[in-house]
Amino acid sequence: MKWALVAVIVGATVLADVLQTLGMRHHGEIHDFRPSALGRAAAALARNWYVIVAVAMMAVSFFAFLTLLSFADLSFAVPATAASFVIETVVAKYFLREQVTWKRWAGAGLVACGVALLAL
Amino acid sequence: MTPHLRLKTRALTAIVILANVLGNFAMSWGLKHRGTLLGSSVLEYLRVFLNPWVTGGVLLLILWMLSRMTLLSWADLSYVLPVTSIGYVLTALMGRVFLGEQISAGRWAGTVLIMAGTALVGSTAVRTTKAQETEAAFAAAEESQ
Repeated sequence: MKWALVAVIVGATVLADVLQTLGMRHHGEIHDFRPSALGRAAAALARNWYVIVAVAMMAVSFFAFLTLLSFADLSFAVPATAASFVIETVVAKYFLREQVTWKRWAGAGLVACGVALLAL
Repeated sequence: MTPHLRLKTRALTAIVILANVLGNFAMSWGLKHRGTLLGSSVLEYLRVFLNPWVTGGVLLLILWMLSRMTLLSWADLSYVLPVTSIGYVLTALMGRVFLGEQISAGRWAGTVLIMAGTALVGSTAVRTTKAQETEAAFAAAEESQ
C-alpha cells in the first residue's frame, strides 16, 4: 500500500512536470508582472490543455501524498519520492531536449541521494 | 545569460521555495493535530479543509504552483527541479526549530548533498532550449494535425 502510493505519486509528478514545462513553453515567457498582465496569462493558461492535464496530475499526486501522510511519517513520504528527480532529469534530456550537462546530472544525483538520506 | 534574467530567476526561485516550504509545513501541522487517519470517505477529505492550517497550506501550495509555472515559462525543468530542492533542507531545519525534531548525522549528510547539488545546477545556464525552436516545433505539430 505504502509503495503503491509512492509509485502513483512519482508517476503523476513526472507527468505533471513534463506537461507543465511543455504548456509553459507553448505559452511563451512570462515577463510582464503587472496584475492585469498576470490575469491575462492565467486566463490563457486555463485554456491550455497541457496545463489543464498537468494540474489534474498534480491533484492526483497531491491527494495520494495526503493519503500517504495520514498513515506514514513525513520522513518516509518525502525521501521515498526522491526518485522523481533522476527520472525527470532523464525525461528532460530525451523528451524535452534540454542540454543536461554533467553538472546537471551530478546535481540531480546529489539531490536525490540527499533527499533519501533525510529519512535517516 | 543577462543580469536581468539571472535576477528575475533568483527572485522567483526564492518565492517558489518559500511558498513550498511554508505550505508543506502548515499542511503537515494541520494534519498531525487531527489525530485520525485519512482515507475512509470523501467527506473526510473535505472536512480536513476546515482546518485553518490546512487551508493556509493549500493556499501557499497554490502560490507555489503558479510561481513555479511562471519560472518554467523561461527556465529548464532540469534546472528548476534541483535548484528548488533546497526547500527540503529548509523543511528539515523547520522541523528541528518548530517541531523539536532531531537531526541525525544522516540528515545532516543529506542536507550537505542537497546543497551541493543545488549549487552545482545553479551555476548552469537557466535555459538551454531556444524559444524559437520550441515555437517552430509547436507550429509544425499543429500544422500536421
